Amino acid sequence: MRYAEIVTAGVLALFSIYLMVKSTELPIGFVSGRGPGGGLWPFWLSGVMLVCCGFIAFNWWRKTSPPSQSDEPFLDGYGWRMVGLVGGGLVVFVALIDVISMYGAIAVFLLYYLKFLGRHSWALSLGLAVSVPLLFFFFFEGAMQITMPSGMPFTDPIFDILYEIIY
Amino acid sequence: MEILSLLGSGMLVALQPLNLLLILIGVTVGLFIGAMPGLGSVNGVAILLPITFLVPPSGAIIFLAAIYYGAMYGGAISSITLGIPGASTAVATTFDGRPLARQGRASLALVTAALASFVGGTVANVIFTAFAPVLASVALSFGPPEIFALMLLAFATFVGLGGDDIPKTILSICLGLVLGAVGFDQISGAPRLVLFDITGFLQGIGFLVLAIGVYGIGEMLWTIEQSRDEAESTPPKMTARGMVADAAEATRRGWRGTAIGSCIGFFVGILPAAGATPASLMSYGVAKMMSRNPQDYGRGTPDGVAAPEAANNSASTGSMLPMLTLGIPGSPTTAILLGGMVIWGLTPGPRLFIEESEFVWGLIGSFYISNIAALIINLAFIPVFIWMLRMPFTILAPMIFVLSVAGGYAATRDMFDIWLILIFGIAAFVLRRLDYPLAPAVLAIVLGPIAEPTLRQSLLLSQGDPSIFFTRPVAGPITVIALILIFLPLVKLLQRGRKADKTT
Repeated sequence: MRYAEIVTAGVLALFSIYLMVKSTELPIGFVSGRGPGGGLWPFWLSGVMLVCCGFIAFNWWRKTSPPSQSDEPFLDGYGWRMVGLVGGGLVVFVALIDVISMYGAIAVFLLYYLKFLGRHSWALSLGLAVSVPLLFFFFFEGAMQITMPSGMPFTDPIFDILYEIIY
Repeated sequence: MEILSLLGSGMLVALQPLNLLLILIGVTVGLFIGAMPGLGSVNGVAILLPITFLVPPSGAIIFLAAIYYGAMYGGAISSITLGIPGASTAVATTFDGRPLARQGRASLALVTAALASFVGGTVANVIFTAFAPVLASVALSFGPPEIFALMLLAFATFVGLGGDDIPKTILSICLGLVLGAVGFDQISGAPRLVLFDITGFLQGIGFLVLAIGVYGIGEMLWTIEQSRDEAESTPPKMTARGMVADAAEATRRGWRGTAIGSCIGFFVGILPAAGATPASLMSYGVAKMMSRNPQDYGRGTPDGVAAPEAANNSASTGSMLPMLTLGIPGSPTTAILLGGMVIWGLTPGPRLFIEESEFVWGLIGSFYISNIAALIINLAFIPVFIWMLRMPFTILAPMIFVLSVAGGYAATRDMFDIWLILIFGIAAFVLRRLDYPLAPAVLAIVLGPIAEPTLRQSLLLSQGDPSIFFTRPVAGPITVIALILIFLPLVKLLQRGRKADKTT
């Protein structure tokens, strides 16, 4: 954890410097007759962020913050596996939205999570993987009139049937 | 006396069968829309605005105001049960609502939120009824320096309360403010902070994108990692007797927060551009400062739920005041309501109270009726919300993930934002592991776009002289209090350091 604390502070410091540089694309001082420039607000705030990173590093060196005193690893084997399985599942879920539609991706993600990570029965996993996207469809498209991504053209026949029900 | 008779006749208008039915439907619909992460009162009012053309104008505005009320109650539900604030106004409710739910006391948190919302709404209604025209002129006297000073005070409550790591808290606030500045410069219109030159950033980063990323993804990953396959919350018990006991406990342990939230909420709510979010945050901060046990805040105290909930309901009524009396909307929802009124042929402003007396007093009467209806309907649905928490965590977690992604898309309609939600979620998980407080960033992204233009307008007024924040009669004291709160932890640290030196 101690190592992660200083690495994160370093990354945030670099990000702050990047933001400061990026802010200078607009004036960062007082422009006569027009008031403060558009870059002033983000530039100085990023500057404060950089100073805070300095303080975090100082506290790390003095070992005053809890993570800087901890000898535990940032994530153990279970933690890495969990982040990989759940986080990876989420990345695939979002990537699938443009392919098999929002509702198709929800169905696949639910089946993956409930059956393979949650180890629930096939009946429950399939039941929820089918009913939840359908419920979402009628709520968002029917009641709220919000159109969700419908994926690639091969999903059209299914959507045609569903749209016929609500319109 | 005249006000009471006008209010009485207004209530009779609100109690007409059609209007009463509209109130009941509006409150119920609002409750569920507000409880849904990604959807808030703005969505509900905007979507249902066309439906209101089927009923007379007085019924229409009563219906929309009922949705507004219901959504304000509903925002707390997802904050408490799922840990995801349904709207920015309910972020502060997560601070103590979520810990209470984790301790198996979700019912207490929900009952406290409902009762505090009711009291907040009622107090605001009474102040509204009695002092509407006077308060409207007070609200008008708030210029850019005063609003900026108020925003500074909102941020200062975070820093000054201490508890968390101060550099990390300030970093979190600044990060939220900078992320809120991404997109276009509001004043010059020039593109600004287009990160890594990705054009998707031109449209800016919305509050919901960060909030859903932090709470819907980051917090969930953290909970899964911490709970190690075991359910992390005690299954909540729900009986009629239990609810009565919870109501008694909520009254006993939440009255202070309710009182503070009700008063602060209304006065912040009536200020143009301020609204319910800073009101709920400030009320939480003040309630914590005035508490005998400030260390209980953040660990699950009913006062910590009551203060922001009373405040956001009180502020939502307060924000109706400048809309009706001056024609200035105090929040995005009231802006849509204002648009509706104009379409119905009503002109909001000082003459509305005289020319459309029946309409105005019918609406004010409906606030009281909606508030009672919202309390009853909310309490009746608490067992349903509690039932959600009884689901095994391996079912609840994927549900929250899909709700976050679908809700996030519904709010922004952009896949770029969904990827951002995912990136923020993973970053939030890392930062959460290292004890970075993230709520300040989420609130800062909401308040940043209010704070920056007011700062720049103020400096333009004073030709770049920052003393404008100290010399004006209202802005001055607020700025001084904010600065004291910001530097208080620093002074305490120095004092502690000196004491330590003396002892060694």
